[in-house]
Amino acid sequence: MRVSGTFLALIGIFFGIIGLIYWFTAYEDAGFLMLIGSAFLGMLPGGYYLWWSRRMRPLEGDRPDATPSSGAGVIDSFPGSSIWPFLLGMGALFATLTFIFGLWLAPIAAALGLSAVIGGIVESRRGGTV
Amino acid sequence: MTTTIESPDLIEPEEPGGPDGHGHGELAHEEAHEHHGPHGILNWLTSTDHKVIGKSYMITALVTFFLSGAMALVIRAQLANPTSSLVNFQTYNELFTMHGSLMLYLFAGPFAFGGLANYIVPLQVGAPDMAYPRLNALSYWLYLGGASMMTLSFVVAGGAASFGWVAYAPLSNSINSPGAGTDMWLMSLGLTGFSAIFTGVNLVATIFYLRAPGMTMFRVPIFSWNMLVTGILILIAFPVLFGAVVMLFCDRHFGTHIFSVQGGGVPVLWQHLFWFFGHPEVYILALPYFGIVTDIIPVFSRKPLFGYRGMVFATLSIAALSTGVWAHHMFTTGVVLLPFFSLLSYLIAVPTGIKFFNWIGTMWGGQVSFQTPMLFSMGFLFAFLMGGVTGVLLASPPVDFMTHDTYFVVAHFHQVLIGTTVFAGFAGFYFWYPKMFGRMLSERLGKLHFWFLFLGFWITFMPQYLLGLKGMPRRIADYLTTNGWTGLNQLSTVGAFIIGFSFLFFFVNLVSSWRKPVAAGDNPWDGGALEWFTSSPPPHHNFTHLPPIRSERPTWDYNHPEHRKDESHGDKRHREHEKETETVGASS
Repeated sequence: MRVSGTFLALIGIFFGIIGLIYWFTAYEDAGFLMLIGSAFLGMLPGGYYLWWSRRMRPLEGDRPDATPSSGAGVIDSFPGSSIWPFLLGMGALFATLTFIFGLWLAPIAAALGLSAVIGGIVESRRGGTV
Repeated sequence: MTTTIESPDLIEPEEPGGPDGHGHGELAHEEAHEHHGPHGILNWLTSTDHKVIGKSYMITALVTFFLSGAMALVIRAQLANPTSSLVNFQTYNELFTMHGSLMLYLFAGPFAFGGLANYIVPLQVGAPDMAYPRLNALSYWLYLGGASMMTLSFVVAGGAASFGWVAYAPLSNSINSPGAGTDMWLMSLGLTGFSAIFTGVNLVATIFYLRAPGMTMFRVPIFSWNMLVTGILILIAFPVLFGAVVMLFCDRHFGTHIFSVQGGGVPVLWQHLFWFFGHPEVYILALPYFGIVTDIIPVFSRKPLFGYRGMVFATLSIAALSTGVWAHHMFTTGVVLLPFFSLLSYLIAVPTGIKFFNWIGTMWGGQVSFQTPMLFSMGFLFAFLMGGVTGVLLASPPVDFMTHDTYFVVAHFHQVLIGTTVFAGFAGFYFWYPKMFGRMLSERLGKLHFWFLFLGFWITFMPQYLLGLKGMPRRIADYLTTNGWTGLNQLSTVGAFIIGFSFLFFFVNLVSSWRKPVAAGDNPWDGGALEWFTSSPPPHHNFTHLPPIRSERPTWDYNHPEHRKDESHGDKRHREHEKETETVGASS
């Protein structure tokens, strides 16, 4: 966590500095906003990780002396197979086609998308962490 | 259906019967892929296994690569003679646009971060799958949808997009580029963009949170490190592209004037947004391939990587700097701050130089063997060096003013991108193919593939530098005899067809590996990273056992206990703790 957090925070700080230099030399809005956005992208999760890395015990993956047996037990439960990502992907495809070829495709997109969202949520609730 | 994953058992180094590093002599397919979920095509549609998704990504990406390569051959055939009429101008414009788009958006990136990374990263960090398996599957379906849409845009009325892969405003507006083909191009970028973002999230989360016990960040193999940094770059760059695409679509259809001067908009804003995505995109395409080569060179030099931490920090520096150099593509617009972008562009040469130094340092004094993956890695070093050095030239605004939009730039970026995506990409493919399919590829055919590709590569692109210096602009469909460009163009075309020919060896190699399989065993190259510890192909959820992880080469440590160094990377506290434990044991 500490290395991950430092890594993200450093990215954020770098973009913050570059963003400020850019603003005071180029006076250009778009680039400045994108650089500052990138600074937040690094600093927000980086700061969050650093905050927690001081308050929780290190993950097994962060301990240099951890053995596979020290991480024994259930890691997590993963869906073995699921049709919903495919249907959601096709829903997104039809949604974009709706923008190009007209609203007559919208019901297909909506049906695919909604069924996938509902199916995915139900699947998660039924499965969950064992 | 839900599968609960328990952590794998520990194999003690002394325990007999573990992987011996030289394989078990038979294909492990049947036992590796026990039944999970439905069969047949439904199995493919519903799979959330990172290995199935990774292979699907690779196959789709390779299909777009060969389609796009065929377009390149038509382009080169058109340019082989002055005033050629092989294809008409409109078709020519569509061909070079789609060649660039398919290669960059659908092949180069997805082959690396969707294909190889999806397959290899969880294996390298000791994870049972990606962090979000269903999101991973969604990424692939979005990518397949986007790829199909872009490819099929050729068949709609008005044809495919024809404004170049950069879609500059105002050429891409509804007056200059009407028709559904352009809209399909834009929407395809939206779909594949989200696919990339989801994969980026998955890669970052997997590497941060699913590392096996003992796999600290500074023991993660460089390929996975590079994929982590690529994931972050994706999260910085692709949302900007998506925003730009939505704005352009609104300009085309909903009456906004974001990029049009008439309504008070700013056309050059498109270039800012596009290149803020576009230049990190170059490194999204390059960093994974740097990682592949960094993993291959130590294996075939029989040495640990020289300067592991230097490599990590070089990767980080390249990624950070790459996001501050976007406007070096816009020098000639006259509205960007030349010194700022020029300086940052030059600075990228420093960490890249460190990488080259470390690659050479790794080979130095090693027992280098030139098997196919290593040959392709060598090809990458030469090709990328040439592309990189000409890139340093182009970072100088005066040189850029002279060569902008000429074949000099075309040669530069093809050498960079073919150096990375093709040489290093196929190095990775030859390297990990035995792991993915449990069978070897022919060394003889692989080497023939390499040498023809290498020869064709130089014959194709070196003349293009000269053509650029002679003033040949890019994206022209014909030229005059009096221009004096004919001979060099013909040479370049011959080279392109040699490149095309080289891939015949690749196809024959693939077919023969399926017709007459030669078993690969678990670790045919005697590799050191964790993916070589498990069976080939790996079982569902990857590992039944894990070795102790005490360096960035746990499999090497396990297979070669005589060379093991627990103290690698200076885990000083751990070393002291072990000493204390030993002392206590001795005294009691």
